[in-house]
Amino acid sequence: MLAEVGRRLLATVPVVGVVAIAVFGLLHVVPGDPAVIIAGDYATAEDVARIRSKLGLDRPFLTQVEIWLSNVVHGDLGTSIFSGLPVATLIKQRAEATVALTVLAMLISIGVGVPLGVLAAWRKGSWIDRLVMVLAVSGFSMPVFWLGFVLVYAFAISVPWLPVQGFQPLAGGVGPFLRHLILPAVTLSVVYMALIARMTRASMLGVLGEDYIRTAFAKGLAPHRVLLRHALKNASLPVVTVIGLGFALLIGGAVVTESVFALPGLGRLTVDAIVRRDYPVIQGVILVVSGAYVLINLVVDLLYVVLDPRIRF
Amino acid sequence: MAALSVSELGGGGRPAAGPPPGLEPAESAPEERLGRLAAGRLLARHPTLVVGATVLAVVLLAGALAPLWWTGDPLQMTPAERLAPPSAHRWFGTDHFGRDVYTRTVYGARVSLTVGAAVALVSLLAGGALGLVIGFSRRLDRVAMRFLDGIMAIPSILLALALMALMKASVQNVIVALVIPEVPRVARLVRASVLSLREHLMVEGARALGAGTPRILLRYMLPALVAPLIVQGTYICASAILFEAYLSFLGAGTPPVIPSWGNIMAEGRAYVQLAFWIILFPGLFLAATVLAINLVGDGLRDLLDVR
Repeated sequence: MLAEVGRRLLATVPVVGVVAIAVFGLLHVVPGDPAVIIAGDYATAEDVARIRSKLGLDRPFLTQVEIWLSNVVHGDLGTSIFSGLPVATLIKQRAEATVALTVLAMLISIGVGVPLGVLAAWRKGSWIDRLVMVLAVSGFSMPVFWLGFVLVYAFAISVPWLPVQGFQPLAGGVGPFLRHLILPAVTLSVVYMALIARMTRASMLGVLGEDYIRTAFAKGLAPHRVLLRHALKNASLPVVTVIGLGFALLIGGAVVTESVFALPGLGRLTVDAIVRRDYPVIQGVILVVSGAYVLINLVVDLLYVVLDPRIRF
Repeated sequence: MAALSVSELGGGGRPAAGPPPGLEPAESAPEERLGRLAAGRLLARHPTLVVGATVLAVVLLAGALAPLWWTGDPLQMTPAERLAPPSAHRWFGTDHFGRDVYTRTVYGARVSLTVGAAVALVSLLAGGALGLVIGFSRRLDRVAMRFLDGIMAIPSILLALALMALMKASVQNVIVALVIPEVPRVARLVRASVLSLREHLMVEGARALGAGTPRILLRYMLPALVAPLIVQGTYICASAILFEAYLSFLGAGTPPVIPSWGNIMAEGRAYVQLAFWIILFPGLFLAATVLAINLVGDGLRDLLDVR
């Protein structure tokens, strides 16, 4: 088992390596001189020259890739052009808000999405099923930031229950931390929740048709026992897969949500970096986030063994 | 519109609305009934498809014929009417420059639908071609799939944002930035189908008859891929419309002078407390359009029986 975990971990290295090279390569693939693009429209010739030498753009392409990769391996993601701080430091500073937001949103989505999916599958064809499916398609089509503004308008402006925006670190107490995070987390969770509910329903429908489910109902087991112990456990593999794959959606949504609620997270860092054309920061965030995505899906793969003892490594 | 008669408003179902039975042209009646029956059956069997297609058609008409929908000039500023709430005169109110939000919202459909359709089309063509090629070349397959897996590990919005950071803001570049994250996903789908189709008897038969690889790809495999690609295309279109709005909202999308839904809402964000309508209405249109396209996608998947 441990050897397999190690082997899988090694298999993620080429994927992250491709991400690192691709993100770096973008600078050169896009038409135009990257130093001029980054310097912006009002830059002087000296600015452009300074940026070119700072980013090492004056060296041969392969040397640049080599330096970038070796730096990344050593945990050095470069230096922000705008603030002069190391990108790794900036990311560490901003990680808490994003991690808190995505974890809370993930918990809400799973906590609501899975039961909705189970309910819809159990009562297939009923009004509950239709309602859940309509909600799922609608949730999937909802513009994240628009939903955020609607929630802010409803629960922070019309009825001033919750703060309009901002973030309180967990160190300042759980109460203020959650009060500031609840609206953004609900906003972010909707799309993901819709995805999970849909997948849970589809997967449950497959399992509920099995003979052993009929047997379980026939011998008089309580419906919740049949649904949760017998059916959901067997239906959980695709759901867990979708939870892992949907993480990309969650991160994308987090960028937008953080902007709406002025949360000092990685998304805000990226958007600010784009306005300032601070490419090293963009590059670093993408690499870290994609690495996290790959790792989460690795964990999901490993979870299969726990959920389904027939799968062995 | 004034020519609408009372009988037409009454609905076609009442006998009094139509001409007397004797005067009806004999041969058109069964045909009409057949048409109505087919439409009714489609609605009964695929309600999502019909509802989605209807809403989508309305939005398409709104965008294509924007000047005809009682709109004004989307860029016309009337400073005297800044931040006016919705009224009989200003259906969706006005923004901070006194521009008519209804007019801008109707014109906004143009950008969204253009971006959605273009991204779907280009992604399908590019991703489809790539998938066909790597699905058929074992040597290319390993390297290409590693590369595509890497690209797919980058969340789409972040990749699009990074691309927009390096390109000038224009509708064309937004389309490029949204196509690139989508291509590997389409290529993967097509490759998987090609790999399974490759073992199919008909392909073996064609090969035995002397058909070359290009002929097999285009005449034997492509037709089998059309249905899943159409369905995939509708989903790509829906998400591209959302992503265009996200990019514009974050200030890295369509240039601010063009009234796109994302831009209208981005400008309205400073006035959430004062003039919520600037965000409310374009967002409703955006959500309805994306929902309609997703419904069409779900309906087509049922209709074409794709997995």
